[in-house]
Amino acid sequence: MASSFSIKHQPGFTAIAATCFVVLYLPIVVLVVYAFNAAASTSEWGGFSLKWFQSAWQNTQVIDATLRSFQIGATAAILATIAATMAALATTRTAAYPGLTFKYAAINQPLMVPEIVTGVALLIFFSRIKIFTGYSGLGYLIAAHTAFCIPFAYLPIRARLENMDLTLERAAADLYATPWRTFRRITLPLLWPGILAGLMLAFVISLDDVVITEFVKSGGQDTLPTYMLGQIRRGITPEINAISTVFLLLSVAIVTLFFFISRKRD
Amino acid sequence: MARAEEVAREAERRDIRTRWLLSAPALVIIFVAATGPLLIVLVYSLLTPGPYGDVKWQFSSEAWVSVFMERDIFDDTLSLAAAHVTIFWRSIKLAIVTTIATLALGFPTAYFMATRSEKTRDLWLFLITIPFWTNLLIRTFAVLQIIRNEGIINMALLKLGIISAPIQILYSDTAILVGMAYVYLPLMVLPVYASMEKLDFRLVEAGYDLYATRFQVLRRIIFPLVKPGVIAGSILVFIPAIGAYVTPSVLGGGKNMMLSNLIELQFGQGRNWPLGSALSIAVMIIVMVALLAYVRNAGRSEVRHG
Repeated sequence: MASSFSIKHQPGFTAIAATCFVVLYLPIVVLVVYAFNAAASTSEWGGFSLKWFQSAWQNTQVIDATLRSFQIGATAAILATIAATMAALATTRTAAYPGLTFKYAAINQPLMVPEIVTGVALLIFFSRIKIFTGYSGLGYLIAAHTAFCIPFAYLPIRARLENMDLTLERAAADLYATPWRTFRRITLPLLWPGILAGLMLAFVISLDDVVITEFVKSGGQDTLPTYMLGQIRRGITPEINAISTVFLLLSVAIVTLFFFISRKRD
Repeated sequence: MARAEEVAREAERRDIRTRWLLSAPALVIIFVAATGPLLIVLVYSLLTPGPYGDVKWQFSSEAWVSVFMERDIFDDTLSLAAAHVTIFWRSIKLAIVTTIATLALGFPTAYFMATRSEKTRDLWLFLITIPFWTNLLIRTFAVLQIIRNEGIINMALLKLGIISAPIQILYSDTAILVGMAYVYLPLMVLPVYASMEKLDFRLVEAGYDLYATRFQVLRRIIFPLVKPGVIAGSILVFIPAIGAYVTPSVLGGGKNMMLSNLIELQFGQGRNWPLGSALSIAVMIIVMVALLAYVRNAGRSEVRHG
């Protein structure tokens, strides 16, 4: 046989792709390796050590910021997922009706605006409300996070719903199930993987946010990312590498879970 | 007959009403904590700055004038505000170059992924998805550690004797560009891969049967077919790049500001909320122009293929 001519081959493409994957992961690997560095500077290797993890663990600011991130992330993700599930039920499996396009546009609107603009807008709006009501708690951050998490939670839920036909629901209705009972016993269990995927996406998006949080937060309301940004601007200590490593592990765990849930087809 | 029709119409009306009720929470939250405040920004851009931040409720077009102009404090004449023009130009330039760079790297990567066997494709997709969902700040920080003077690039070059003193990459436009290309690369690869995956390779084969060269096949067959993915990827990279805040703050240092840093300045030390608002609207306008170009382009290519 003559040397085979591959129709899929393009010169240089594999090399570029390989470079891309290496370049994508190399900085992250370096970051993680230096989290275990015993030396105080990140330019030399002083042997293996866990002391930066220890010092991060004993840093009350880090712990406070982490707990705040989780509190905001969990609340916002749950609220956003509930709102997104209801919205997805309202915008799928139907003939076009007046207002449907408007709903799509409105739900996806937070994706179309650069974060800096939303951040500024909320800074102005919430500072007015703060003066008016005197309240300056975490509610503002939770409201802001819920709003920008909705389109992300909506995506997988809507995708899942669009692949579900109405046969089972019709059968349930034929058997005299009330709409609520049909929803509880038929729609919800089938939709569950989509809802779970949406919840995780929303949580990760909330956990990662820097820009909007930076503008909305009041004094002493640092989340883990805004705390890290402040530290990085001031100078680098390997403690940030240690925090990043833990954060990375958490993200990878959630993404892996998400990947498996959304890949499962039935 | 007429009655049955009426019942059906009533049921449909009830269905639509339920659907509005169901979507109400999402719509209200987004209006209150995302869309609505944008309108306030527009109003604020037309007011007078207050002495300690915030605004005085007095109409003024000064903020919009000072987006590009500078008023001389002695004779009140207007001249081009060089600093603002530089920052606008830097933001637009860096966003465009980032988009081109991610396309140049992302297109072959997506092609590589799409030409793997079905089983391994999922693995490659997973490898691109991980950085995509990894905190942007952490990834920017990772780039910072690589390119700074004591970072591994400079260390390796010094050890190899290629350079005698570290190259200063950090705190420059190049650093911002490298950082943004790194951070936004998955945003380009994912949509391009999505259209590449659907590519029918029988068309490629037909091209070779008709004696096309590899480059002709790429340019005349593959590229036109995956163009919707390329356009979607370019939009997904361009929009966050033009408003990027984290990357220029971390890698650009104080001097190499982008639009978002200029906006932040007006709400901090600058104490000029109206100017900050006007600049935010300006960013929105740039994004909207890009989106409109996308919608028109997407519409046109759909007509051509379908």
